Amino acid sequence: MRRVAATDRRARSVSASGLVAVVVGIAACGAWLWAFLATDRVWLVAALLVVAAIAFVLVPRVDAVGAYRDAFARHRRVAVALSALAVLGVGVALYDQPYPLLMLCTVLLFIVPCIGLTIQTGYAGIVNFAGAAFFGTGAYTAAVLASRHVPHLAGIVAGGVVAALVGSLLILPMLRTRGYYAALVTIAFGILFSTFLEVNNALGGPQGLKLPGIDLVGWKFNRDVAVGGERASFYVNYVVLSLALALAAFVFARRVERSWVGLAFDAVRLDETAAAAFGIDIARAKILAFTLGNFLCGIAGAVYSMMQGFIAPNNFTFGESLILVSIVILGGLGNPLGLVPAALVIVVVPQKLQFIQEYRFLLYGVLVILVVLFRPEGLLPRRAREYFAGTLR
Amino acid sequence: MDAGVLAQYAFNGLMLGVIYAMVAVGFTLFFGVLDVIQFGHGDVVMAGAFVGLATYLGLGALGIAVPAFAVIVVACAAGFTMALAGAFIARYLVLPLRTAPAFNTLLVTLMLGSVLRELVRLFYPNGSNPQPFPRLLPAAAINLGNFTLRLDSTILLVTGLVTIFVVNLIVRRTRLGLAIRAVAQDSETARVVGIDFERVVLVTFAIGSALAGIAGIVYGLYYNEVNFDIGLLLGVIGFSAAVVGGLGSIYGAILGGFLFAALQTIGSVALPVSSAYNNVFAFAIVIMLITWKPTGLIAEPASERV
Repeated sequence: MRRVAATDRRARSVSASGLVAVVVGIAACGAWLWAFLATDRVWLVAALLVVAAIAFVLVPRVDAVGAYRDAFARHRRVAVALSALAVLGVGVALYDQPYPLLMLCTVLLFIVPCIGLTIQTGYAGIVNFAGAAFFGTGAYTAAVLASRHVPHLAGIVAGGVVAALVGSLLILPMLRTRGYYAALVTIAFGILFSTFLEVNNALGGPQGLKLPGIDLVGWKFNRDVAVGGERASFYVNYVVLSLALALAAFVFARRVERSWVGLAFDAVRLDETAAAAFGIDIARAKILAFTLGNFLCGIAGAVYSMMQGFIAPNNFTFGESLILVSIVILGGLGNPLGLVPAALVIVVVPQKLQFIQEYRFLLYGVLVILVVLFRPEGLLPRRAREYFAGTLR
Repeated sequence: MDAGVLAQYAFNGLMLGVIYAMVAVGFTLFFGVLDVIQFGHGDVVMAGAFVGLATYLGLGALGIAVPAFAVIVVACAAGFTMALAGAFIARYLVLPLRTAPAFNTLLVTLMLGSVLRELVRLFYPNGSNPQPFPRLLPAAAINLGNFTLRLDSTILLVTGLVTIFVVNLIVRRTRLGLAIRAVAQDSETARVVGIDFERVVLVTFAIGSALAGIAGIVYGLYYNEVNFDIGLLLGVIGFSAAVVGGLGSIYGAILGGFLFAALQTIGSVALPVSSAYNNVFAFAIVIMLITWKPTGLIAEPASERV
């Protein structure tokens, strides 16, 4: 009895120190993110990247990390909430700098389709090289509906739904094929989609379409926010919305992964025959994963297009799909958390270091080749499921 | 529409078909020996065209301007360079990933294509704009009503068919081809009977890529223009052709190449909408064909590809 009480006390003290560790860790990441987004000095960007790289190499080598990881696992909800607050804090701290805010939104909105691809490729093993096409489907749906004066919230949801519906055209080919053949189906679809937009006059052709700023039941997103005499850039609105979206997608993906649905996805990815033998309906799992992923792509595309105010076919080409896949691979296939650093590297670094802007596609290509050859598990590898914190060592 | 115009469309379609078939044969060869897709293959075609162009400019700088000689040198240069590149790709990008999931190979070779594309765009002089490709073949033509049979196109068509035929001959009739087919059938057993697996793979990649290099020259001579971004579409079309025909089968690849060209031609001639939709139409049909026959029209016997 006494022993139990002692263990309990120890657990509680570990828990308390763990909570402190979580808070400190997230605060440090938030501060880094703020500095990284706010600066436009090349040397400072380089220094921050070096700091991040050193931290990235050193942190896993430290002994306390196991305990630290447990702390995160134990306080998962607190950690997620604090991270969201930290990002929000970064957004507020940058309130009068539209450009860094736009980048923050872009990163958050790129994470959402990448979470979709994670569900498809990382969990269920369905390759999708048409991410940008589904992103674009959402964007064009939102644009068309907005021009017809449909409420924007409905337009955004419709973006996701239409993307999922368009994706359902590919379900039969996806179910009939595997591996390279399935990849070909999505690649062919991605090219078909951008060619279609290019030659189609009803959707603006190569010139694209203009969109209004989001107006969510009277909350006008494209109006600067005035708080107590200070004017904040209107992008703060978009930070709030895209953060909410990214957070919802993240929590959703984590929930799916931990549920029996996620287990079924993993089984289908690892061995279809064995999964079928265990009574998992393979077709159902694949359809579900594919549709969920495309829905996320579509929603993000709708919000992204309204934030940009303008869309054109060359925003949604095969090259853009490759960028999405690069983020997923760089982050670590199957780990939604890894998407954050990966999206920062892929989206923000070329913007910050203007001299590499011209070479960015070359660098992405080389980067992904090196990652796949030498660190195929990505920056933050996916770890085995932990249903109870600290049970896996 | 009279017979002459139709014949013209048919001939242009054949010309496209032979280029696609040359690319598709490469895909099918690689898939045969190693069960992988080299997705950068289309960009190898593009790189071949640019190597040929650079060789031609080099020859011009040396003062050699005999077209008949130049065209042979240009084709050989493109073929050899791409053969080396192909062996290099196999050795350093594809073989190391043999035991990794197929997705990784796909990704690495896709990115390889993107790297080749960007290298040409950034580092070839004025590479982001289309480059004029010299007319090195005699331009004589016979007019039959609305149908113009150009000598240069005919030479290209025959050249394409002959190179594919030669590759087929190598695979079917030589000792090397026997080794390639052995590895394709069962690489473990091939090794047991003393076939140097890695050498066979490298040579196969060299042959397929040389074919792609020559396809690049054919493309350049036919369109009189090359651009850094032609590879992506060529690669996807070549891969589609190989899959529709049946991966692993050379005849399937040839069939698929001509089939895709036929679809594109039909798409631009017969559809009620603008001819710009021809690729949309062709890819839509390809997706349907794959759904209908996932192993391709000429399926590999006893394959487990789906």
